[in-house]
Amino acid sequence: MDSPITPQAMETVMIRRPSVRGAAIITRPFFWLITLVVAIFIVTPAIGNNVELRESLLLAAVYITLASNLNLMLGYAGYINFGSIVFFGLGGYICVWLVNSYDWPLWLALLAAGVGVSALSFIFGIGILRLRGPFFALSTIGIVEGVQAFVQNFTPWGGSSGIYISPAVFAPLGGPARALWVVYFALVAVMGLSLYLSYAIKTSKFGLGLLAIGQNEDAAAILGVPTPRYKALAYSASAFLPAIVGGLYFFKGAFIQPSDAFDLTLSTEAIVICMLGGQGTVTGVALGAYLYEELRGYLLTSETFSHFQLVVAGALLLLIVLFFPGGLMGFIYSRFPRTQRLLE
Amino acid sequence: MNRLCLLAAAATLFAAPAFAQDDTITIGMTNSLTGPLNVDSLGLQRGEEYWRDEVNAAGGIKAGGKSYKVKFVTYDDQSVGGRVQQLYTRLVNQDHAQFLFSPYSSGLTAAAAVISEQYGKIMIDAGGAEKKPFLLGNKYLFMVITQADDYLAGAIKALAQKNPHARVAMVYSDDPFSKTVLAAAKGQAKDAGLDVVMDESYAPSTTDFGPIVNKIISSNADAFLGGGHYSDGATLARQMYDQRANMKWISILVAPGDDKFAELGGAALGVTVPSQWEPQVSYKPDFGPTTAEFAKGFEAKFHAKADYHAASGYASGAILQHAIEQAQSIEPEKVVAALNATDVTTFFGRVKFSTDPASHGLQVAHQMVLAQWQKSDDKLVRQVVWPQQAASAPLIYPISASQ
Amino acid sequence: MLGIIASLIDGVLVGLVYGLAAMGLTLIWGVMDVINLTHGTMIVGGMFALYLLATALGMPPYLTLPPVLIGGFVVGVALYWVAVHRMIGRPPLMSLLSTFAVNLMLIGIGTGLWGTALFNVSVSLPGLSIGRYTFPGAHILAAALAALIAGLLYLFLHKTRLGKALRAVANNREAAELVGIPTTKLLAIAVGCGVALAGVSGMLIGTLFPFTVLSGDGYQLKSFVVTVLGGFGNPVGALMGGVALGLLEGAVTPFVPVSWTLVIEFALFVLVLIAFPNGIFARRGAL
Repeated sequence: MDSPITPQAMETVMIRRPSVRGAAIITRPFFWLITLVVAIFIVTPAIGNNVELRESLLLAAVYITLASNLNLMLGYAGYINFGSIVFFGLGGYICVWLVNSYDWPLWLALLAAGVGVSALSFIFGIGILRLRGPFFALSTIGIVEGVQAFVQNFTPWGGSSGIYISPAVFAPLGGPARALWVVYFALVAVMGLSLYLSYAIKTSKFGLGLLAIGQNEDAAAILGVPTPRYKALAYSASAFLPAIVGGLYFFKGAFIQPSDAFDLTLSTEAIVICMLGGQGTVTGVALGAYLYEELRGYLLTSETFSHFQLVVAGALLLLIVLFFPGGLMGFIYSRFPRTQRLLE
Repeated sequence: MNRLCLLAAAATLFAAPAFAQDDTITIGMTNSLTGPLNVDSLGLQRGEEYWRDEVNAAGGIKAGGKSYKVKFVTYDDQSVGGRVQQLYTRLVNQDHAQFLFSPYSSGLTAAAAVISEQYGKIMIDAGGAEKKPFLLGNKYLFMVITQADDYLAGAIKALAQKNPHARVAMVYSDDPFSKTVLAAAKGQAKDAGLDVVMDESYAPSTTDFGPIVNKIISSNADAFLGGGHYSDGATLARQMYDQRANMKWISILVAPGDDKFAELGGAALGVTVPSQWEPQVSYKPDFGPTTAEFAKGFEAKFHAKADYHAASGYASGAILQHAIEQAQSIEPEKVVAALNATDVTTFFGRVKFSTDPASHGLQVAHQMVLAQWQKSDDKLVRQVVWPQQAASAPLIYPISASQ
Repeated sequence: MLGIIASLIDGVLVGLVYGLAAMGLTLIWGVMDVINLTHGTMIVGGMFALYLLATALGMPPYLTLPPVLIGGFVVGVALYWVAVHRMIGRPPLMSLLSTFAVNLMLIGIGTGLWGTALFNVSVSLPGLSIGRYTFPGAHILAAALAALIAGLLYLFLHKTRLGKALRAVANNREAAELVGIPTTKLLAIAVGCGVALAGVSGMLIGTLFPFTVLSGDGYQLKSFVVTVLGGFGNPVGALMGGVALGLLEGAVTPFVPVSWTLVIEFALFVLVLIAFPNGIFARRGAL
C-alpha cells in the first residue's frame, strides 16, 4: 500500500509500540484476559451439558480463529487476503483424508494439516506476495477458485462428491456425543492459541515490522525491515491454525466437499469481522467475530430478516468503512483512551 | 471483552428453550429458498407442507391414544452445505425437532445426515438420491425415493430398444448426485451394447455450454444423457437446440421434470426425464390419498401442477405418519423399527427400506418412470413413455419426429 | 479439425462479449485505481433490465440497449457518490470493501425480489453453419455489437473533449485539477461509464445464456481474468484480453476434459498476475 492517509483513530491503533517489551508474556494482564476468555468458553457450556450453547460458541470460536489469523495479514501487514478460506478448506481436506483413508489418529492428522498447509502457503506466498494492494487481493481470489476447481477434479479426495467419514471414526473418542465435546474443546484451545499468537506477534519485533509494512511498505524496507521474508512468514503463519480449525470443523461435520470447503463467503465474512472489530487489534477482532456470529445466527433464523441477512451485513460494513474505519476498538479507544493500555 | 462475553453467554444460557407441547410433533428441515437449487427445492417443500396441512385438517397423527398435530420448523439453507449442518444442529438442539426431513439434493442431504445420526434423530430423505450416505452404517436415515444408480436405467433400456447402436454422449454436472447417476448409467449403457463416445463433467455453475456442445457434435454422438439440476440442465437443453446438435435422443436429469421447462419451447420438445412420479401413473394406494386426490388438492392449494419433487415431499410425510401410526408411539427406536418393517404403497408408489446393515435405509421398492415432453394441441405436456405398461403416450424417437 | 476451428470461432465470439464486460471494470480502475466489486452485480442488472423490458414491456431485445446504457450510467453515478467518493485517496482496501458492501446489499435485495430462479430471454435469429457446427445468430450479433461499442468507447476517449479530460484525470489527477478540469465530476462520470458498460454487456449476455441473480460472480471472475490478460486500466486491451480468454477456452476444450478448463484458467490468471503485475498489455495512467 502506498502512502495511506488513515484517519486518526486507525493510526492510534496501529502505531502504538509494544507497551512492556522484554517482560515475559505471562506477566502481562492481556495474557490473562485471553486465558479468562478461553476458560469461559470451556466452562459455560460444560455446566449442565449445554449442547445448544456449545454449538453457538463453537461457531464463534471458528470465526475468532479465522479472523484473528486473517488479521495478521490484513490488520498488521495491510494485505487483503480474500483467500484465507483456502487454508481452512485444505486443512479440512488433509485431515479428513488422513483420518478416513489412512486411519491416522485425529491429533496427528490435524498436525499434518497445519504443517502441510503452512508449507504450501509459504510457497504460494513467495509468488503472490510480490504483488501489492488490489493485485494481491485479486490473486488470492484466483487461488481460491483455482484450488477449488482443482479439488473438484482430484479423485483421491473424491472430486466433487467429497469425502464422507463413517460414524465409526468417532468411536476412539467415545462415540459421536462425546466426540463433539472433544472437538469443541480442541477448537477452543486452537482459538486460544490464535489469540496468544496474535498478541505475541503484535508485541514482538516481527509484529512491529509487519505494522510498518502496513503503514508504508517502501519506507519500511528502507528502514531495514526484511519485507519479503516478513510477509511470507506472516502469510504462512496465518495459515497454520486455520488449517487445524478446518480439520476439526470438517471432522466434526464428518463430510467435506469442495463447495463447502472453499466457500468464498467465509473468507469475506472474516474480512467483515476484522473491519467490524477493528483491524490490527486482537481484542476487537475477537469481539467482532463473536458479535458477528451472534448477529448472523439471529438473522439467518429470524422470519423477517432471513432474506435480508446480506443486506444487513452489507449496510453494516458500508457504514463502518465510510464512518468508523477503526471499527469497534477504534471507537472504544477514542472514547476511553485508557483502555488502550489494557486491550491490545 | 470478558464481561461482554459473560453477559452474552449468560443471556444465551437463560433464554428459555421452547419445548414442544405434548401433543405436537415438531419436524425440522431446511429448504433452499435461495441459491442454485431453489427451483427444485420449492416443489419438495410444497409437497411437505401440503401433507402437513392435510394431516392437521384430519385431526393429526394418531398414535398411542393421542392425536399429534404436526408443526414444521424450517430455515433457508441457501443451497450451502456448511449452513445445512449448522441449521440442523440448531433444529435438533434449539427447536427440539423430534423428526427431520432432508434438504434438497444429495450433497446437502449427506451433510444433514451426519447431524441426524450424531443426535439420533430420524431423518426421512426425499431430496437426496445418492446412496453413499447409506453405506456408512447410518441407523436413522431413510430414503423414500429411488436411488441415483437407477435413474437412467429406464432411459437406457428404452434407447437401446429404439436404437441398439446408439452413440451416447454423457455430459453432466460435477456434483455428487449427477456423477453417481451417470457413473451407473455408463455401466448400464455398456451392458446394453450402446457405445459411450463422450464422458465428461462440467462445473455446476457453468452458463456457457457452447464449447461443450461443439465437442458433443465432434464426438458424433446421436444420443445425449446428462445434466444435473434445474439451472444447468435447462441451459444445456437450450444451447443444444440453438447450436443444432441434432440429437436423436436427449435425457436430462431433474430439469425437464419441472413445469418451468416448457418455457424453453422448441428446445424442450422430445426431451426425456427420469421421474420419481408422474400424475399419469396410478398406483392403488393402501395408505393416504389417491393420485387424483393428491394432484387435485395440490393444484387447488398452490395453483401449480404437482411435479415429482412435490409428490416425493408428500410421500416422505406420509411414510413417517404411517410408521408412527404402526408403532403407536413417537419414541425414536419404535418408529425406526416401524420404518424398517414398512412395505406400503401410496400414490407415490411402493416404499420399502433396506434393512441390511451395509445399506440400511436405502430405498429398495420404489420404481421410476421416464417422461417425455411432447406436443399436444399446440401445448407442451409431459407424457409417461416408459415402462411401456405404465405409458400414457408412445415414445417418440428420434426427437425430430416430435414436431 | 473442423471441430477445433468451430471451437475457436465460438471462443472469439464469446470472448468479445467477455471483453466488453471487462471494459467497464478496467475503465474505472484506470481512472481512479478502484476495483469495483459490484461489477458482477451490475452485469446481472443489465440482464434483468433486458428481461423486464423485453418480457414485461414487450420491447424487442436489442432495442433495450439504449435504456440499459442510460440506466447503467445513472446507477454508476449513484454508486460513485455512495461508495467511492469518500474512498478516493484512502488505502485501496477501503474502496474494495465499500464496493463489496454495496454488492452484498444489491445481491440481498435482488434475491429478495426475484429469488434465485433462472430467467431466460429467448432470441431466435438465423444462425450460421459450418458443416455440422452452428453459430447461433444471437452470438454473432452480440459479438458484433460488443466490438462496435468498444470502438465507440475508443473514439469517445480519444476524440471527444470529455474523453480527453477523463484520460487526463487518469494520467495525473492533481495536474488535471490544476488546469481546471472538475475532477470529482469526471470521476463520477467514469464510474457511470464503467457501470453502463457492465450493464450493456449483461444485456448482451442475457440474450445468449439464461441467468439468475447470482450469475454475476462468474462473470466478475471472468472479467478479472480478462483484465489481467488485457492490462489494468486499458479498455481497448480488455477487448483483446477477452478474445484471448475466448480463444484459450476454445483451444483447450477439444483436448482437455471440460471440468479442467477452470483450473487452467485460474492457474494462468495467477501466473500472469505474478509475471506481469500490471497486465500483459499494461499502459498505466494512459487509458
